[in-house]
Amino acid sequence: MSTARVLVGTRKGAFVLTADGKRDKWEVSGPHFGGWEIYHMKGSPVDPDRIYASQTSGWFGQIIQRSNDGGKTWFPPGSKPEELITPEGMPKGESNRFVYDTSSETGKPLTTHQWYDGTQHPWEFKRVWHLEPSPADPDVVYAGVEDAAIFRSTDGGMSWHELAALRGHGSGPQWSPGAGGMGLHTIIVDPSHHQRMYVAISAAGAFRTDDGGTTWRPINRGLHSLYIPNPTAEVGHCVHRIAMHPSRQSVLFMQKHWDVLRSDDAGESWHEISGNLPSDFGFPIEVHAHDPDTVYVVPIKSDSEHYPPDAKLRVCRSRTGGNEWEELAKGLPQRDCYVNVLREATAVDSLDPCGVYFGTTGGQVYASADGGDSWAPIVRDLPAVLSVEVQTLP
Amino acid sequence: MIRVVLPQHLRLLARVEGELRLHVGGPVTLRSVLDALEDEYPMLRGTIRDHVTHQRRPFLRFFACEQDLSHEPPETPLPDVVAVGTEPLLIVGAIAGG
Repeated sequence: MSTARVLVGTRKGAFVLTADGKRDKWEVSGPHFGGWEIYHMKGSPVDPDRIYASQTSGWFGQIIQRSNDGGKTWFPPGSKPEELITPEGMPKGESNRFVYDTSSETGKPLTTHQWYDGTQHPWEFKRVWHLEPSPADPDVVYAGVEDAAIFRSTDGGMSWHELAALRGHGSGPQWSPGAGGMGLHTIIVDPSHHQRMYVAISAAGAFRTDDGGTTWRPINRGLHSLYIPNPTAEVGHCVHRIAMHPSRQSVLFMQKHWDVLRSDDAGESWHEISGNLPSDFGFPIEVHAHDPDTVYVVPIKSDSEHYPPDAKLRVCRSRTGGNEWEELAKGLPQRDCYVNVLREATAVDSLDPCGVYFGTTGGQVYASADGGDSWAPIVRDLPAVLSVEVQTLP
Repeated sequence: MIRVVLPQHLRLLARVEGELRLHVGGPVTLRSVLDALEDEYPMLRGTIRDHVTHQRRPFLRFFACEQDLSHEPPETPLPDVVAVGTEPLLIVGAIAGG
């Protein structure tokens, strides 16, 4: 029978939750890296036992961890004895070295972005928000970082190199941090055309490359953000999350700071599909594994309140690709609920029926084994959940 | 041998228990001890000082013989009792937060 393995990153460590295909009895392992913030963990689509994790700390900075056995054991890539020394005899230990590329060959001398007060501010690496393993090669993985940039490793996370054309394409000096920092939080690799990738940045917007990261351009036409000086500007939008169904690559769904949107032309233009949502503010957005027109969001009351409307935790599902939404509340708290669900904290498995998962800032991880019709907590009392990913294993 | 005490989280990362003992060639300074530490334990690179600038991370401090050495230039010789291994160099995580 198939297995679901849920990878949970929290403010104080990582947890791995596993169940068989019924998804009614769960085993919990962890905390791994207790005391550290785990912004994200994700497994390779071509080697599910290869999992990458972003481990961070205000004291000790960034660490990249890798597991080759499905999360049982972990190590910083490049720290095994056979990997420690370069052919020249020099110690390595560069798996956490994220240095912005300003070289004349591959980077551009772009050194500042817009700060909160409108002045220019130097780019400063803070942490890795998102890790996206390649759909083709377990040793290739992308990292979305704060301050916003995308890095790539081709050696299993041992070393990282910036795809500097994203920062250098021209609009970089206009990017500015959102309230949570200027993070690149979404990376989608087109599963049928790996040279095409989408990224999203708070608070700059969405960008696309069609040539593997050599060139990039903003794809924010149709976004309307009342909180910025020019509501329809080319960049400056606080995009919270983008999702794509792997079988329909030209259709994208977006949860923006306010508004839920859809693009039918690979991001060239967007239109709003908020429809009858109780609130169109929120962070994550997800697409059903088997139906590309079924979309999930978690409405949040407002950008200053960051808890569910009416203190009722609801997932909203559209079966029509947007505009018509139904509230899914069975098994979720319907009173006195003041948790948030962060942008990385939802996932779907590819079992049948499709499983849907989300984690809260209150430390609960909820699972639905019936596409969202009903929910039950897997765990209730973890540290605040930062990220949830799920692997469907044969 | 130079004795070095790491914070708990860095001991876990380096997979060591208790004090470390390092061989440092040449003058015993903060820089030479940290260089030797990172050579022996490459996974600690970037966690104590910046990969490129080698600046100390803001929430870490260096102590020895009840002296705060955090703001000393990296080439400053460490106290003789540290250089001969009588006293350890302490790398300490700041008590930061509320």
